[in-house]
Amino acid sequence: MANSELKKVMEVKDLFFTYPGAPEPTLKGNNLPIYENKITALIGPSGCGKSTLLRAMNRIHDLYPGLTYKGKIDLRNQETGKMENILDLKKENELINLRQRVGMIFQKPTPFPMSIYDNVAYGLKLQGIKNKGELDGLVEEALKGAAIWKETKDRLKDSAMGMSGGQQQRLCIARSVALKPEVLLFDEPTSALDPISTGAIEELISEIKKDITVAIVTHNMQQASRLSDFTTFMYLGDIIEFDETEKIFLNPSQKMTEDYITGRFG
Amino acid sequence: MGGKLFRNFSFFSATLSFFLLVGIFAILFTYAQESMHTFGFDFLYTEIWEPGEDDEGGIFGGYIPIMGTLMSTLIAMILATPLAMGIAIFLTEIAPGQIVKPFSIAIELLAAIPSIIYGMWGLFYFAPIVQLLFGGNGVGLLTAGIVLAIMVIPFMAAITRDSMNTTPDVLKESAYAIGATKFEVIKDVIMPYSKGGIIGSIILSLGRALGETMAVAFLIGSVMTVPKVITDPTTSIPVLLANNFAEAQDLEISSMYYLALILFVVSFTVIALAKFYFFGRKKH
Amino acid sequence: MNRLLLNKIVLILSTVSAFIGIGFLFWILITLTYKGLAGVHFETFTKDLVEGGIRNLLVGQFTMALMATLVAVPLGVLAGIYLREYGHGSKFASVIRTLSDVMTSAPSIVIGVFVFAILVDPFGGYNGWAGIVALAIMMLPIIIGTTDNMLALVPKELREAGIALGGSKHKIILQIVLQAAKVGVTTGILLSFARIIGETAPLLFTSANNQFFTMDLTGQFPSLTVSIYNLATYPDEASRNLAWAASFILTAIVLFINLTGRYFTRNKH
Ligand SMILES: Nc1ncnc2c1ncn2[C@@H]1O[C@H](COP(=O)(O)OP(=O)(O)O)[C@@H](O)[C@H]1O
Ligand SMILES: [Mg+2]
Repeated sequence: MANSELKKVMEVKDLFFTYPGAPEPTLKGNNLPIYENKITALIGPSGCGKSTLLRAMNRIHDLYPGLTYKGKIDLRNQETGKMENILDLKKENELINLRQRVGMIFQKPTPFPMSIYDNVAYGLKLQGIKNKGELDGLVEEALKGAAIWKETKDRLKDSAMGMSGGQQQRLCIARSVALKPEVLLFDEPTSALDPISTGAIEELISEIKKDITVAIVTHNMQQASRLSDFTTFMYLGDIIEFDETEKIFLNPSQKMTEDYITGRFG
Repeated sequence: MGGKLFRNFSFFSATLSFFLLVGIFAILFTYAQESMHTFGFDFLYTEIWEPGEDDEGGIFGGYIPIMGTLMSTLIAMILATPLAMGIAIFLTEIAPGQIVKPFSIAIELLAAIPSIIYGMWGLFYFAPIVQLLFGGNGVGLLTAGIVLAIMVIPFMAAITRDSMNTTPDVLKESAYAIGATKFEVIKDVIMPYSKGGIIGSIILSLGRALGETMAVAFLIGSVMTVPKVITDPTTSIPVLLANNFAEAQDLEISSMYYLALILFVVSFTVIALAKFYFFGRKKH
Repeated sequence: MNRLLLNKIVLILSTVSAFIGIGFLFWILITLTYKGLAGVHFETFTKDLVEGGIRNLLVGQFTMALMATLVAVPLGVLAGIYLREYGHGSKFASVIRTLSDVMTSAPSIVIGVFVFAILVDPFGGYNGWAGIVALAIMMLPIIIGTTDNMLALVPKELREAGIALGGSKHKIILQIVLQAAKVGVTTGILLSFARIIGETAPLLFTSANNQFFTMDLTGQFPSLTVSIYNLATYPDEASRNLAWAASFILTAIVLFINLTGRYFTRNKH
């Protein structure tokens, strides 16, 4: 893989992040590039700050007052091609816009208490799309994109709460995919699922990366190595190592990374 | 040995609430018989409440107090519901962490103030304002409805808040993650998610308002007339009972038992509906 | 942008409602304090209603509320124990649980009417006992509810550990489970006491009222709340001022008990 082909979509630069009331930062000067149409995995022991970093990347943290960021998180402007620091965004509509560009999938499936169709159409309606025909088309496209069109096309009006966990998670992916985000952040998306559903989600994520750049937090070493192109290993709020996944798993340059990957701690 | 006795005692105590309920119904029903036989269902829409000569016979109809109860409750619910929802939204979604606690305590204290205090405060401080703004002579349906609203707001807000608080954070976050505003998250995620509890809290408050005595007694005017405008005085079932039950005799007191029975059955149904249907199996 | 404006409006309206709510609390408390304190003198507490004080009323109200507590607490706690520890999961328990839940919100005036029919009418007149029974009926379902809920919070493991040590069921309930739930149950009792001490409607034609000091529960019994209702509607200034003073004292008592209850649970959780 020639590095010259790689284009950065996002880049975390020297990021410090402190939770409200916490005596010291949880993220301590993180640097991390996110390359376009690649999957970047974040691994590391529980509590090392993976979720914290991921949640900074679409500023979902900002729902709760009193936190502080220092540093930069750049996101490439699609039109100008310039990198812009998302930590500069202040206004509510700017943050809304950011979250539609950088979507997020959570550990537990989070279907809204509405029908399957309305779940997927929800974000589109928020964007102002009202035309029924247009919505129908986009919902279908998103459900196909998330590989659950076949299972859902005859029950679009049914409540999403009745689906299986794996189906719900794919529905949530469809809901985000429908907005055509530039980046999709996954926080341990399969850890609440059975192996078969996990397989389906992994396959889906590999498919998605054609159109959407992915960052994924995972506890599962196999998942990280199977799925990702790049891997970053975090420990106690530091990014210890970032490299191509193959390199990280076969020949890490840090002793700590090797210990973690071979299961010697964590 | 002691175990068996203890178990039996606790079983007996548990059955007590059942017997109380049945007992209340049976007593009211029995004492209401005379009036029920005399007036039947006409009682519900007869506007006259007139004892006969020498306390013999007379005509008693429940229309005025029944309507007074329903109307004051309706006014209260119309005013209380949006405000209580607003307070609940403020407490769950808007107020910063340090403010939530003092505000919550204040709301709960408001709910703890005895209803007689609301009544008296309403009479001396609120009725004049209503008179100034809407005319009339201060006491009447509207004043009773407003003060009743002030009384049920904290109760309704507290239950609604508890229901809204059950919405998982990740569910809200995933709506924000696709670009929803706070209001959209409230409307499309929190409200639907806690719908049962919210409707339940409204109905439960309605049940409370129907049976409220003292706050209304000071303010509704306590006269047996049909109000022509909303500021006119009238009466309600609890207020009629509070003021006249003790002196009534024969057919009149039987008619009052009849009214008490109606109130009891209606509020039982309303409250049971809220508890059973909307809060349902959620309890544990 | 339309959505954002709507969002702003709703958030502002919600905030305004909250401040309106708090506003009413302060408005009520401030007028009560202002009007009430003006009417409170040393004699208010040492004289009875006939002489323009509330000594007999306070004693009467507390006597009835305390007696009602003495009746309702053991019955309610036992019933709660039955629902959670013995009948848990049974159809019977869930029916009783729902009924008692509904009783919590039963109109208090109807309870007054009921008690009048069984304890006043047949015995030839108002009496303190009838007032006590009416208040106890109000209190019972609240105590059942809190006991039930508080016992539900006690971890299953605690009961199992007790059983594993060879304790008998009722001993475990009384010595372990109830102990573990003690703070919660006590708070529930305090809060329900605060609720009934301020009740008026169930007393109007059960205990009625008495201007004189008496401890004789077989006759009309002095009540603070019933007196407030009477005094407030008298035309003369002195009666009204006494009604304000009594209201202020009543509210202070109720809120104090309430805050005390909350303080206990605060430490616990
Ligand atoms: N809301 C919060 N407030 C304060 N500290 C938090 C909060 N969430 C997480 N933390 C702390 O931040 C650290 C990193 O947490 P997290 O990012 O969730 O770890 P990971 O996802 O790697 O398991 C942990 O020590 C955790 O205790
Ligand atoms: Mg995590």
